Amino acid sequence: MKEELIVSGKNIPEIYPVLHLWHWEISLYLFLGGLAGGVLFFAAYFYITGKEKQMQATVKWATLIAPLALIIGLSSLLYDLHHKLYFWRLFTTVRIDSPMSWGAWTLLIIFPISLIWVGSYMKEMFPGWDWKWKVLNWFEALVIKYRLALAWVMLFLSIILAVYTGILLSAFNARPLWNVSILGPLFLVSGFSTGLASAMWISNDKHERKVLSTIDIFFILTELFFIIHLFMGFWAGTQVKLEALRLFMGGQFTLDFWIFVVLLGLLFPVTLEILELIGYHVPKWIPALFILFGGLMFRFVMVDAGQITRFLY
Amino acid sequence: MRYAMAVDTNKCVGCADCVVACQTENLVPNGYCRDWIVENVEGAYPSLDMKFQSERCNHCENAPCVRCCPTGASHIVEGGIVLVTHDECIGCGACIESCPYDARYVHPEGYVDKCTFCIHRVDKGENPACVDVCPTYCLHFGDLDDPNSEVSKAMKDRSWYVLAPEAGTNPQIYFLR
Repeated sequence: MKEELIVSGKNIPEIYPVLHLWHWEISLYLFLGGLAGGVLFFAAYFYITGKEKQMQATVKWATLIAPLALIIGLSSLLYDLHHKLYFWRLFTTVRIDSPMSWGAWTLLIIFPISLIWVGSYMKEMFPGWDWKWKVLNWFEALVIKYRLALAWVMLFLSIILAVYTGILLSAFNARPLWNVSILGPLFLVSGFSTGLASAMWISNDKHERKVLSTIDIFFILTELFFIIHLFMGFWAGTQVKLEALRLFMGGQFTLDFWIFVVLLGLLFPVTLEILELIGYHVPKWIPALFILFGGLMFRFVMVDAGQITRFLY
Repeated sequence: MRYAMAVDTNKCVGCADCVVACQTENLVPNGYCRDWIVENVEGAYPSLDMKFQSERCNHCENAPCVRCCPTGASHIVEGGIVLVTHDECIGCGACIESCPYDARYVHPEGYVDKCTFCIHRVDKGENPACVDVCPTYCLHFGDLDDPNSEVSKAMKDRSWYVLAPEAGTNPQIYFLR
């Protein structure tokens, strides 16, 4: 038997008995970051592959979500900072060792890029749109001329953005649940899947939805594989990893994870997508809504559960 | 130069004088603390073993808090003391999440705060407040690179352990058995 007691002080509620410093703000931000990354990635991808005409909703309309998601996500992040007025300190230095630092820089670049991308399609999306100022019209023409180059930059940065939401957590060696290298790729596929779901919801073109849903099936199955892979790693791991696994196997996050994330957020929508693919009629918003819900729940569970896990000494 | 602290667990009685001394010396806000006492009880009745540990920031050589800090507010100064520059800290909490010892907290003013090894005293050649106030003389502070320093002398001929060595942080608080 070993019993450990803290006999003095340290009853700081955010730290003791378990760490609970990051709340819904971080989960929401990680979700919206992945979503924006997914939306922008597929817009850039279909533009580069010359499918702009067939994939109108993905390349144009869905990208409206990205700057919106980034604004809400960043506001939520700013709200979470305890020393808010000093947030600009993020941009006075580049720290390669810190994922939060290069993530902040990525956001600083990808946010205006997403705005420029959306702006360059405003006239196509809203006929009669007028930029009012000459300089904006000139800038729009410039962007349209170099849109391919912009798409390549966006493609690259959207991958960084989505994978960073996972790497941010996996960089914390003190939290065994997060400190696994698969977390980056897992958040990447999850983020891309939520991006696809948004485009699917927006699209009114049957062919486009079929393409998106086929890719999404692949992403959801990959995500399920990564989750199994993650848990297999914990299963074969040391005591701290076993404690992390226990949270999902009978512990306090069991129901949240298996019902909301895996069953309703992954298995249910992927089944509907497969049914639709083989000819059944499924209202487009149902799988999309559940994928988005599952993605959000996944971040909530991971952020909350990760903070409970720690080194045992 | 390598500042370190040795805690003699055979002498520590868990009186928490070090905790109060730190709070007074560093004007730690009410309800917070930069050091704390842990009581460990091992074994099964009637064969029990109890020991106290006075714990604080480990001033790790490979400090995860410094690595994760996005602004460079968390940094290591000469002698290996890990510090936070208050007006560079954005209060994001990355360092708190990355610390295996949960040694940091968010100060009510917004920045992240922690043990500084009382650098304002150490710079004047004095000991940290916790060391000077300890009634059982169980805390020893000094330069590990200097064989004549108090900490080197205390650790000589004694076996010791550190907390969570598997975290790879190379902590600089040594507990004497």
